[in-house]
Amino acid sequence: MNVELMIESLPALLSGLVVTFQLVAAALVVGFVIALPTALARISRLAILRGLALGYAFFFRGTPLLVQIFLIYYGFAQSEALRDSILWPILREPYWCALIAFSLNTGAYSAEVFRGGIQSVPHGQVEAARAIGMSPASVFRRIVWPQALRQALPAYGNEIILLVKASSLASTVTLMDITGVARTLAAETYMPIEMFTAAAAIYLALTYSMSWGIVLLERRLTPKESRV
Amino acid sequence: MLLQGTFITIQLALLSLVLGLVFGLLGAAMKLSPAWPLRLIAGFYTAVLRGVPELVVILFVYFGGVLIVNAVASTFGYDRYIDVSAFAAGVTALSLTFGAYATEIFRGAVMAVPKGQIEAARACGMSPATIGIRILLPQVWRFALPGLGNTFLIILKETALVSVIGLDELMRKTEIAVGYTKKPFTFFLAAAFIYLALTVVVMAAQRGLEARANRGVAGRARA
Repeated sequence: MNVELMIESLPALLSGLVVTFQLVAAALVVGFVIALPTALARISRLAILRGLALGYAFFFRGTPLLVQIFLIYYGFAQSEALRDSILWPILREPYWCALIAFSLNTGAYSAEVFRGGIQSVPHGQVEAARAIGMSPASVFRRIVWPQALRQALPAYGNEIILLVKASSLASTVTLMDITGVARTLAAETYMPIEMFTAAAAIYLALTYSMSWGIVLLERRLTPKESRV
Repeated sequence: MLLQGTFITIQLALLSLVLGLVFGLLGAAMKLSPAWPLRLIAGFYTAVLRGVPELVVILFVYFGGVLIVNAVASTFGYDRYIDVSAFAAGVTALSLTFGAYATEIFRGAVMAVPKGQIEAARACGMSPATIGIRILLPQVWRFALPGLGNTFLIILKETALVSVIGLDELMRKTEIAVGYTKKPFTFFLAAAFIYLALTVVVMAAQRGLEARANRGVAGRARA
């Protein structure tokens, strides 16, 4: 293996790391904004809301992410109405298409995680909070959500790491993330083993440092007296 | 045409499942072994395969695999060029990935079997092999099924990534159809629904297998 070449390619791969990071961070924020209402809709009393949330989660969890990306990137061009709309400059760009697909995908998975967290909060607490006169909003904000978040954190952490790995699919719509850079370099240098090993090492460093970060966060969010 | 692709997708997924289970059992056996070099190798295997994107694994196996296979062949004096097919590369990459997750699942399942049962079986005079087949494996299967089913659902969806290296499975057939018809939304949506249908079938099979594995276990049959 040509280690020198791997070191030489590091600056280019690190520029890919920036793209990967941006995509993951943006998709996490948007996905979170989608996931929370979806999780609430899943446990809502209204059958329509439950059905909509279920359909959304079922579609995005049951189909490959690659199909979702292509459906948005290539598929939307089929609609003339979309091509003439003001949204087209955004939907034409592979970056935004990948971001939309990642956000919708991680939103569907995170919604399930948050639903589990919310449902794990004992109902007696909600009743007690309501009995002392808290509004539904403050019950959620002060009683349910802090505990739900703590409960959901391990699974949410896994979802974040899966998203980091899934972001490699951005390279299929010509984006220059870590995988995209590695693919280009591998084609240019005819050294696929070196390039993909270097890319894999960066991903490993990324996923493992993130899982440590999540463990630290979990520890911070667990009250001292209940630590084992 | 999409159905032809679906057929290859199913072959790819099932073959990866079978090989992945073998890797998983081997990996779990190594992780639980008293010999530390074996534990180290298995630990390295699961750490790498679970921390690296599947797409990178597939690209590595396909583009790097050709070089490795030919280098190994030439050291043994075989100098003709060996081609690695996209199917073989896809199966290798997906089964290695599935095996890494299955290793952790099997390891957890083995540790979930109460130690007293092993001791009791030994006290009855069972050989280690008999203990493995009659006491350990049936219960490991029951504990591991939910995790294995979920991982297989992930692998099923990841077969789509093998289209990137040009295997004519469902996703690639869809792309070809899109190229002819210029109707990307229609065809990618059709592919999405085929994947959804496959997912539903696997979920039903998983439920059936779990119900069977749990028969005779009080209160858990429909868990």
